[in-house]
Amino acid sequence: MDRVELISQLNEILAQEFEVDIATITPEANVKETLMLNSLDVVDMIAIIEFKFGVKIPATELSDIQTFEALYDYVFQNIKK
Amino acid sequence: MKRVVITGMGIYSCLGQNLDDVRDALYNGKSGIIFDPTRKEMGFRSALTAKLEVPDLKKELSRSQRAFMPEQAKYAYCATVEALRNAGIDQDYLDAHEVGLLYGNDSSADPTVRAVDMIREKKDTTLCGSGAIFQSMNSTVTMNLGCIFRLKGINLTVSGACASGSHAVGLGALLIQNGLQDMVVCGGAQEVNPFSIGSFDGISAFSVRESEPTKASRPFDRDRDGLVPGGGAATVIIEEYEHAVKRGAPILAEVLSYGFSSNGDHISSPNVEGPSRSLQMAIKRAGIDIREIGYINAHATSTHVGDAQEAKAIYNIFGERTVEVTSTKSQTGHEMWMAGSSELIYSMLMMKNDFIAANLNFENPDEDSAKLLIPDKRIEKHFDTFLSNSFGFGGTNATLIVRNM
Repeated sequence: MDRVELISQLNEILAQEFEVDIATITPEANVKETLMLNSLDVVDMIAIIEFKFGVKIPATELSDIQTFEALYDYVFQNIKK
Repeated sequence: MKRVVITGMGIYSCLGQNLDDVRDALYNGKSGIIFDPTRKEMGFRSALTAKLEVPDLKKELSRSQRAFMPEQAKYAYCATVEALRNAGIDQDYLDAHEVGLLYGNDSSADPTVRAVDMIREKKDTTLCGSGAIFQSMNSTVTMNLGCIFRLKGINLTVSGACASGSHAVGLGALLIQNGLQDMVVCGGAQEVNPFSIGSFDGISAFSVRESEPTKASRPFDRDRDGLVPGGGAATVIIEEYEHAVKRGAPILAEVLSYGFSSNGDHISSPNVEGPSRSLQMAIKRAGIDIREIGYINAHATSTHVGDAQEAKAIYNIFGERTVEVTSTKSQTGHEMWMAGSSELIYSMLMMKNDFIAANLNFENPDEDSAKLLIPDKRIEKHFDTFLSNSFGFGGTNATLIVRNM
């Protein structure tokens, strides 16, 4: 999967799961604010990404992932392994 | 002792998703029972079940709220919205008062099974998602309703097997009678998914009259061969009488008494003595002449032993053919944890509309049911007081007596 395809799929899955307008998901937007995630919702985001892309985001990495760009980077780098 | 009145009701059942539809279904003798082929594929002995759609609450509740709700909590939410609306209660009222919550529930199998399957398959607990723990706990219904409606009084799940819904109302009434609460949201909820009753099917408790689903639930009939599982949710708003008067609430009926007992006997086979004590306690506490009771909503689930023992208990106390007795389970199947509350509502709908729904499929009495007055067709009758029985595994019994207002 190339990066463009991954971003497209990730945006669609996250917008659908967290019931937000997909247009609000932009590379520079804050993930938690845009998806309106509380601490429990974050668990669901991790689970969905792991389930759909086979990429597990450890809690220690999560604090560094503030924007969607950072999220795309993390998933894209790890999906290829 | 303070008086306890019913000021609101709401229902989500196989007979309908609001009071009006359920009233009509009761009046017209509709059955909510179907044959579910997927249960056969899963290895069920009986594929009979009540038919119920899980409500889509996307418009009503946020994703975060819905994530914690198994199906029975969704049914309970719908029933509670209707009950609060009918009681004239809005969110401002709930925010400003200490309203209690006692709801019957005794399982949450589907989310439990799904989480366990996920852990076994993936060996990663995160994949269960955030909702699994809250959905799978037995108190899931009160957990969810308490948070959604921001309730501030007692918040407790009542797990008393198939008498859970009756005990919830009865315990709520005791709290109000003793001045500990002015209002309690009571009820019972029952999941309908196959996982919830697979092991129940395994003990040959269910009817296998699969060729005639609507004839399978036949309480008191000589040829009954077991119960049919059902479900949904029913909510009853009970309130202290003076409190209800002061706020101009619609006062529908009074909960005269709550009787209870334990058989102290076999885990699944009921006896006569235990239920009799529950009946007698309720009658004594109501302080009425039993001739005032114009209708008995029996627990009768369509099992051989259960119906026979209850018929004996009713006959011993009320005598031969003195008062109409029916089991609405002939239409709904056995709504288990929900049954005590739903059958209170079914009886209320009959009392308020001057009829007694037919005990469907009562074609031939047996030795015990022949001693009871069991209408096999709907009758038009005015009555002002009814008694409702609920009995459960482990020998837990509950009886409620309610009077019209």
